[in-house]
Amino acid sequence: MKNSISFLVLVLLGLNLSCAQQGENEVSTPDKITFTPQLIIDDLPIAWGMAFLPDGSILITEKSGDLIRFKDGNKSIINNSPTIYNRGQGGLLDIAIDPDYKNNGWIYISYSSEEGEDKGGNTAIMRAKLNGNSLTNNEVLYKASPNSTKGQHFGSRIEFDNDGYLYFSIGDRGDRDVNPQDITKDGGKVYRINRDGSIPSDNPFVNSEGAKTAIYSYGHRNPQGMVKNPYTGDIWTNEHGPQGGDEINIVGKGKNYGWPVITYGINYSGTPITDQTKKKGMEDPLHYWVPSIAPSGMTFVTSDKYPSWKGSLLIGSLKFQYLERLELKNNKVVYREKLMPDLGRIRDVKQAPDGFIYVSVEGKGIYKLVPKI
Amino acid sequence: MKFIIITYISALITLTLFLSQDKALEESIKRGADIYSDFCVTCHLPNGKGVEKTFPPLAKSDYLLKNREESIRGIKFGQQGEIVVNGITYNNTMPAMGLDDEEIADVMNYILNSWGNKGKDFVTPEEVSKIQKK
Repeated sequence: MKNSISFLVLVLLGLNLSCAQQGENEVSTPDKITFTPQLIIDDLPIAWGMAFLPDGSILITEKSGDLIRFKDGNKSIINNSPTIYNRGQGGLLDIAIDPDYKNNGWIYISYSSEEGEDKGGNTAIMRAKLNGNSLTNNEVLYKASPNSTKGQHFGSRIEFDNDGYLYFSIGDRGDRDVNPQDITKDGGKVYRINRDGSIPSDNPFVNSEGAKTAIYSYGHRNPQGMVKNPYTGDIWTNEHGPQGGDEINIVGKGKNYGWPVITYGINYSGTPITDQTKKKGMEDPLHYWVPSIAPSGMTFVTSDKYPSWKGSLLIGSLKFQYLERLELKNNKVVYREKLMPDLGRIRDVKQAPDGFIYVSVEGKGIYKLVPKI
Repeated sequence: MKFIIITYISALITLTLFLSQDKALEESIKRGADIYSDFCVTCHLPNGKGVEKTFPPLAKSDYLLKNREESIRGIKFGQQGEIVVNGITYNNTMPAMGLDDEEIADVMNYILNSWGNKGKDFVTPEEVSKIQKK
């Protein structure tokens, strides 16, 4: 009898443990909403990325190809923006300004490009300067190859670390068994380059035969969120899993994040991809979502405008159409909260230099989160 | 006798045409399945049921079956705003996927002939090419 009781206790304990991640994935609804989302820029079908200029204007990349400047309440189109390969998830993607923008004026853009011999397109990174209503000094810093007519997984976010290196992501381009685990191929990678496009001499694969030397980490599926953790200086990414298995990772030099060898996700058809979620030499995610939320842009809250959110991570959900706030403790997600429900697919979120949070919602435009007094 | 031969020949021609069209449709549906799994499946899902209130269903979708032209236009140029599908309102954005006319015809034939849907006529690239942006 005593034995059977301890057995029962063990079984119950086991059940609790196996439900632990399930519990983490339950998203809470806050009791009190402490902000009002105010639509400041309307009529934007898919505002993919945002960059905030020192003069208070906002540069917006519209997926279908327009680069837009919003200044003093007006939108204008910036000429000479990169020619995009409009296919599937490709288009005009992220935009970021140089850490030393005030002195050098460089703007960085990621987009899908047809450049090259073969049919189709792949992700490219360009830098340029803004002169009046036009981009000038356009330079392509990186163009992934080969081109492909597949519509999936172009990435791509741009971020800088404290040393001024430029990081960007490219997804697996719909070729998961070919690209992500092979460092001689583009796709399924996070890249690190100097801001002029040259390769840092201490990149992890500079001495590897045939490697794409811009690669910083590999084994990614489709990272569409990337931000520097302002507290640690680390580069954080989120990426789309297949069905289930979206992840948050801290990007480490030369590390392998396991796609498609290990994943918490399954095929869209419901069949398994692998039964492995862990493997030696491959990194576990800091957090994963089952079911997938389809994470896009992300930002850390550091400003004093939202005292109760300080230190939180904000991530947009494309699938469930809300803004997720994640509280972290020692690099673990300890609480998840659902904000801005039912407004639409959230594509990007950024804390701007003015300390306010700006959120891009597909089919609507850009919202500013105004704290309630 | 002459009449019988003419009838016989014309029947043969009709049958051949019918069969070759059937074969063409079959091939188009096959290509369309690949397009679907590349461009559409992440939102509309393998079973074509979508996600209620977020991504409209294609399987047994009254909107799709009643609005052929509008559906092709949506795939060709993207679609935005409110639509009612099987009594449920959707207000979302589908970007243009950058598919060419043949690919659009193929994927239309696939979705019109899957999950219990039965399309009336074969969608051709010519039909797609005539549909203009509104």
